[in-house]
Amino acid sequence: MKRLVFVLLLLASPAFARDETTIFAAASLSGAFKEMGKKYRFNFAGSQQLAAQLEQGAPADVFASADEQWMSYAREHGLIAGEPRVFARNRLVVITPKSNPGRVDRIADLARPGVKVLIGVENVPIGRYARQVLTKHSSDFARRVLGNVVSQEENVKAIVTKIALGEADAGFVYVSDATPAVRRMPIPDEVNVIAAYPIAVVKNAPHAEAAQAFVNFLLSREGQAILVKHGFLPAENSRP
Amino acid sequence: MLVGESGSGKTTALRLLAGLLEPAEGRIELDGLTYFDSSRNLSVVPHKRPIGYVAQDYALFPHLNVLENVAFGLRALRMPAPLRRASELLERFGITDLAERRPAQLSGGQQQRVALARALAIEPRLLLLDEPLAALDLSTRRVVRAELIRLLAELPCVTIYVTHSPAEALLFGERVTVLEKGRVSQSGARDDLLRHPRSSYVAEFLGLNLYRGVVGSRTDDGLVRVSVEGGELFLAEDAPIGEEIHVVVDPREVVLSTERPQGSARNVFVGPIEEIAPEPPLGERVRVSVGSRPALIAEVTRAAASAMALAPGRMAYASFKATGARAYR
Amino acid sequence: MIRAAAVGAGVLLLLLLGIPIASLILRVPAASLATRMADPAIQEALRLSLVTTLISTLLIVLIGTPVAYVLATRDFPGKRVVETLIDLPMVLPPTVAGLALLLAFGRMGIAGKILGFGLPFTTLAVIVAQVFMAAPFFIAPARAGFAALDRRLLDAAATLRASEGYAFARVVLPLTLPSLTAGAAMACARALGEFGATITFAGNLPGVTQTMPLAVYVAFQSDLEAAIVLSVLLMILSFGLLLGLRAATGRMGPASSLAAPIAR
Repeated sequence: MKRLVFVLLLLASPAFARDETTIFAAASLSGAFKEMGKKYRFNFAGSQQLAAQLEQGAPADVFASADEQWMSYAREHGLIAGEPRVFARNRLVVITPKSNPGRVDRIADLARPGVKVLIGVENVPIGRYARQVLTKHSSDFARRVLGNVVSQEENVKAIVTKIALGEADAGFVYVSDATPAVRRMPIPDEVNVIAAYPIAVVKNAPHAEAAQAFVNFLLSREGQAILVKHGFLPAENSRP
Repeated sequence: MLVGESGSGKTTALRLLAGLLEPAEGRIELDGLTYFDSSRNLSVVPHKRPIGYVAQDYALFPHLNVLENVAFGLRALRMPAPLRRASELLERFGITDLAERRPAQLSGGQQQRVALARALAIEPRLLLLDEPLAALDLSTRRVVRAELIRLLAELPCVTIYVTHSPAEALLFGERVTVLEKGRVSQSGARDDLLRHPRSSYVAEFLGLNLYRGVVGSRTDDGLVRVSVEGGELFLAEDAPIGEEIHVVVDPREVVLSTERPQGSARNVFVGPIEEIAPEPPLGERVRVSVGSRPALIAEVTRAAASAMALAPGRMAYASFKATGARAYR
Repeated sequence: MIRAAAVGAGVLLLLLLGIPIASLILRVPAASLATRMADPAIQEALRLSLVTTLISTLLIVLIGTPVAYVLATRDFPGKRVVETLIDLPMVLPPTVAGLALLLAFGRMGIAGKILGFGLPFTTLAVIVAQVFMAAPFFIAPARAGFAALDRRLLDAAATLRASEGYAFARVVLPLTLPSLTAGAAMACARALGEFGATITFAGNLPGVTQTMPLAVYVAFQSDLEAAIVLSVLLMILSFGLLLGLRAATGRMGPASSLAAPIAR
């Protein structure tokens, strides 16, 4: 009987035995964050999903969101300790398959009937940002492009994959997500949005010190360099 | 009648005729029509053959009641008024009161009647019965046997009745075919079987001593030598040299003695007694198997056997006269 | 001792299944249930789920029945491979299956290029994903049902002038109906709950590809109340479908009357 209990505990232990700092981060940060160090345990998902998990009591040390909205949500629900800091920014870009089957060369082409557009779900940061870009152009433009949407994806990586496979004609993603597997079509600065990525230490984090160290590292010159390398824009007024 | 031991191929033969099994080679012809011919690559599917089949376990459809079971073939043929015809059949078999019941609710004898009615409903030209009495208990068997004899006599179709019991075969059949290990060892009228058995299977059942042998030379005193397995017999019959014949010796013609007999019998053999079995009904007579070469079975009175103190293992002489044996081709 | 362990295990299982379901039901804000139901978005997801699941189940039964029959009664070279292939979706993670479907039937996929058009982002793709994932759940029990059928009954039917088709309809089907129904119910439930392959292959667009499971997932992140309502609706839907299927075939099935005692 004792053996059985021991085995069961052993099986359940990965959740407890790991003494690593746990980082909840938006999916678009996966590439950059993994380079930050091997001693961290990461949970990459849509920011909205992470916020919900935190609310349900999932154990984490750091929360890095892809937009302010979900960080505010976390703050309102008393899930973070201290003030959030913006550690990176991002811009949006339209990606198309390399062969460009939809012949999307300018942003106006997105409104052409028959073009298959991928966009994030409304409550996911990339989805919100993309809709902002469209509305900045004109509400009529937004309506027509949204009429061309064939699927609303839950996270930005799914959009990249489906475009890389050539299944849709165009999709809205972060600049940092545009891999060499897809073709980029830049969005004019006037209508583009700047996504701000806030980060905060989670309230009652098991490894509060390590968590703060991680945040500090991100804001340091080294951390910022890694982020820029992965296509992000540096945080404004970042510490040198 | 198709009779043979288990494994001799009786059921296989029926399945071949029905088309449920295909022979590797051969031809099946019924009523002048060919239903299978391997040389012409011809094979007619079972449901197009004019046969009726009653399997050993009846294979009644469990999800249909008796009436629907009997009507099944009629419906498959899209005949008009299937239920009416089926009811008529039920009446003929005296099972109208079972019409609504399911097969699981019937006794063995009742199931058999339903299976028969079902097979006959489609008026087959050939009826195949696979051991119809085997699944019944003894008392039911007697009753059903009598019914069957009557029924089969009335039927317009040809019936092939398969059984492992030679008794049944001799009781029912006009023509009897004996199957041994997948081959036909004898086929003919019933009486021929009784008088001139050609298979050890039947001979054993009839309780006769049967030998197959080749005719040899004549002896000086005019008897014919016949070499059989294990030895030589002397017969009084006339037969050309070299001919292959059957020799049958009724056990009642065999005389037993504990010392070499001095009488006129020309066939004398010696061997250890293997078995002494009482003959029904009263055991007044006993059958003694002697392990001589060739082996012999003798039938003597119990009194005689005990007088001679016959017992298994004891050496005994078995003899019969040359005129006590019958030979035929 | 064994009896106590069995009862204990049974209670544990009931709790494991019952408590989450009860929690779901208890959290539904009763008043908002009605208003939520009126929400066109929810109605759309409901309608889409119902329509696609019913069509998928129908397709699975129509195509799966002959396949299961052949697998149960005949031997052919490569049968093992075919069987493994058919069972594969049962163990494949749905997202993996979705990816495979994408690579096959996507616009740029192997079959897609031949067909000239891609399936993704269409309602048809939803049905394809459901059929792909749920078919094995029907074929396995159907196959077992066919294999368990007494071959001698088919022989008898043949000697009674029944062609193979007639025998199939009048003997095989009535006797295997319980297995077929159980399989259809399982496949239906699986299709109704299908998520991973759907979102990967068909996509997520309200009214076109956003079935109930997808709607729940999306709602979960922004509107917990809506998510709960949708989940409960989904549960009621599944329950209703399963019960309906059982009732419909329970009346037709011969199983009950086969249990009649033998009169001796």
